[in-house]
Amino acid sequence: MNAPVKQHLIDPEICIRCYTCEMTCPVEAITHDDQNVVVDAVKCNFCMDCIPVCPTGSIDEWRVVAAPYSLDEQFGWSELPPQADLAPALEALDDAVAALLAAAHQGAGGKSRAPASAAKPTINLYTLGKPATARVQGNYRLTDDPDHDVRHIILDFGGQPMPVLEGQSIGIIPPGTDAQGKPHLPRLYSLSSPRDGERPNFNNLSLTVKREAQGLCSNYVCDLRIGDEVQVTGPFGSTFLMPDDPSARLLMICTGTGSAPFRAFTMRRQRGGSGGDLTMFFGARTPESLPYFGPLGKVPETLLKKHLVFSRLPDARKEYVQDRMMAEQDAVADLLMDPRTHVYICGLRGMEQGVELAFRSIAESRGLPWETTRDAMRDEGRYHVETY
Amino acid sequence: MTDLINVSYDTQIPNNVGLSSDKRVLKALEKWHPGYINWWNDLIPQNFQKSLVYLRTAVSVDPKGWAKFDYVKMPEYRWGVLLAPQVEDRRIPCGEHAGQPAWQEVPGEYRNLLKRLIVIQGDTEPASVEQQRFLGLTAPSLYDMRNLFQVNVEEGRHLWAMVYLLHKYFGADGREEADDLLRRQSGSEEAPRMLGAFNEETPDWLSFFMFTYFTDRDGKMQLEALAQSGFDPLSRTCRFMLTEEAHHMFVGETGVGRTIERTCEVMLANGIDDPHDTQKIRALGVIDLPTIQKKLNLHYTLSLDLFGQEVSTNAANAFNAGIKGRYMEHRLTDDHQLKNDTYTVWDFEGGKLVRKEVPALTAINMRLRDDYTRDAAGGVGRWNKIIEKSGVQFEMKLPHESFHRQIGVFAGKPFAPDGTLLTGAEYDARRSDWLPTRADGDFIQSLMKPVYEPGQYAGWIAPPKVGIDNKPGDFEYVKLYMA
Repeated sequence: MNAPVKQHLIDPEICIRCYTCEMTCPVEAITHDDQNVVVDAVKCNFCMDCIPVCPTGSIDEWRVVAAPYSLDEQFGWSELPPQADLAPALEALDDAVAALLAAAHQGAGGKSRAPASAAKPTINLYTLGKPATARVQGNYRLTDDPDHDVRHIILDFGGQPMPVLEGQSIGIIPPGTDAQGKPHLPRLYSLSSPRDGERPNFNNLSLTVKREAQGLCSNYVCDLRIGDEVQVTGPFGSTFLMPDDPSARLLMICTGTGSAPFRAFTMRRQRGGSGGDLTMFFGARTPESLPYFGPLGKVPETLLKKHLVFSRLPDARKEYVQDRMMAEQDAVADLLMDPRTHVYICGLRGMEQGVELAFRSIAESRGLPWETTRDAMRDEGRYHVETY
Repeated sequence: MTDLINVSYDTQIPNNVGLSSDKRVLKALEKWHPGYINWWNDLIPQNFQKSLVYLRTAVSVDPKGWAKFDYVKMPEYRWGVLLAPQVEDRRIPCGEHAGQPAWQEVPGEYRNLLKRLIVIQGDTEPASVEQQRFLGLTAPSLYDMRNLFQVNVEEGRHLWAMVYLLHKYFGADGREEADDLLRRQSGSEEAPRMLGAFNEETPDWLSFFMFTYFTDRDGKMQLEALAQSGFDPLSRTCRFMLTEEAHHMFVGETGVGRTIERTCEVMLANGIDDPHDTQKIRALGVIDLPTIQKKLNLHYTLSLDLFGQEVSTNAANAFNAGIKGRYMEHRLTDDHQLKNDTYTVWDFEGGKLVRKEVPALTAINMRLRDDYTRDAAGGVGRWNKIIEKSGVQFEMKLPHESFHRQIGVFAGKPFAPDGTLLTGAEYDARRSDWLPTRADGDFIQSLMKPVYEPGQYAGWIAPPKVGIDNKPGDFEYVKLYMA
């Protein structure tokens, strides 16, 4: 059997057959009969030119299939077939990016799923061959620790559409070429701003980037100056998303720049207003190395229950996020028992094991077998891990 | 507030036609602009002019980055002059000059013909805004209000596009024609708009949806035909306008669809099986399906009249000259000259409908109308799927082309919607079953109460499946100005 392939499709229930996509497609991959507008899998090269011109949003549909649906099959549809169960959710169209995200989500212990009420993400609008150009609007230092230079970077996309959701990532292409003379591949960074922009309804977004000693891209990004132009791919990611259900409760566990998506989640809730509560366990060495320490202090506890946990305070014993979770085990257990709760873990891969152990112990204290609980939550789109 | 008098045209008008270095056209547009702004300001009620509307603005002709969404006050909308990119070595696609390089300047012998086509197209754009000027007052939701205003500002931009061509290529008469586009008014006694269908008021939202579905679709077909023009600037203008026109089709198709969906839903919830149980259905505050069918009959047939005579020498001349092509001309595989081809049209001979072969060249209008009917039938099929899914037994139908026509071979003849020829008396007796009556209009009007709460919808229409620009259901599409 051939390896599964990605296929671009059009939702016949939403499409109004205006044929604007057909006119726009540079390779004539789109065609129609009296029933449906369809995409020829042989011709489509994922250039994405058809996506923004569609007035309905029906154009933005993707499936992973063993063999592509033929034109005749598509002509006969009155609704889109569901995604067959042969591949994980499509997080990106580029294989390299998809592999990176698959590795990052491995800690969930199985196939990740988006929350049932999550908004529909757009993926891969911009690619290595056709990136978007963003302009740097701001570059602020978030930490006061020479070993932890973490930056808040604001990128403006001007007239280019950049439809993003909280929890998604974008790729930054570092300039120059590698040892073989090939352009560098993009590095992925999670958004730290909500979908309507760092500033509401301005077409901008923010990233939270830590300078790595030998990091080609992180040094490039951390040294950006206002007005610089940056080549961007993405957006990527279709499972690590927040529920749109206002009564959903979010339990967010992070270290360092893993806080980026949770800043976005929190701002989304802050701007939208809702009933469900947010709880955060956030670990760092010291307050000086914890990104957004200042702004976080201003977020009211009624919106976000904050547990800021430090492992290198001079006069205290080392405390890690899992230690605080254990200390708060009743609250965490109540959250685990509540079917409205969505769990998110984000940060360095090293944090996974400790957090998982804490969860196991807390779950078992209430008589819940951990693996079964976790797998059930994950299958319902309520358990998410993104580590690197 | 933007300075609207001393507009810096190079920065105020997104354009890709080098306006800043074209002093003559720039000056002409500067003179025209205040009149346009006055026209817009006098048109739509002031509190809407001051409201912030979440609009799409065309900012580029690159498919990927062609538009951006943002809150804008309508008078500050950036009406741009945007032409699709020039295709290298483009050729005249049809007619006697087929295969020659496309014209970049107006060919002298076709100057008047071209100007007339541009003026007629341009005249429809502001006309529809005039027809729809009061609809904001009865919007069934902020979502629908936003869609209305999006359609309005884009019709405004399409007027700009035609005015640019008149100023750029037609000298003094072009300027005069551009001024006249602002002088004529829909429904005016002294200076009405040029085409009949554009002088009727759009009294309610169902009419608006039917208008955008059926009448704007005529506009789309005309733009498709002009996009094939051998006069390259016209072709490029129309190609870009089509990208925006798609949204207008969307508003119409989904608007009618959502009305139908709501009616079926309410019928079901109240245990009504018979779609013709008009009194009972109307009492529940939704529009009964037979009335929707009557509105469909009316708007479809008015729109068919816009295609002109079935057999037309004007249309033949325009095609032969290469200034107006056929729908999808570039995908057709004939000789593009129609020297010996024939086309089947309807005719009326000896009191009977007949199909007749005529030279294809003279049947250009008919052909475009047939393409239109095929295109329009698609959405009707979709509406029927909504009805079918709900389990209600009813089917929407496009009436026969002979029904209720004012132009062409069927003009004024008493045909039934199924194409049977009746006597005048028979027709008059059934007319109120086929076309909306004053009482139908009054009933629809009675439902037209504004709903201005974000995420809320009037009782006669279902919410949309997907938000504009992927926005969530309770998004505030219009931030209303409260005096």
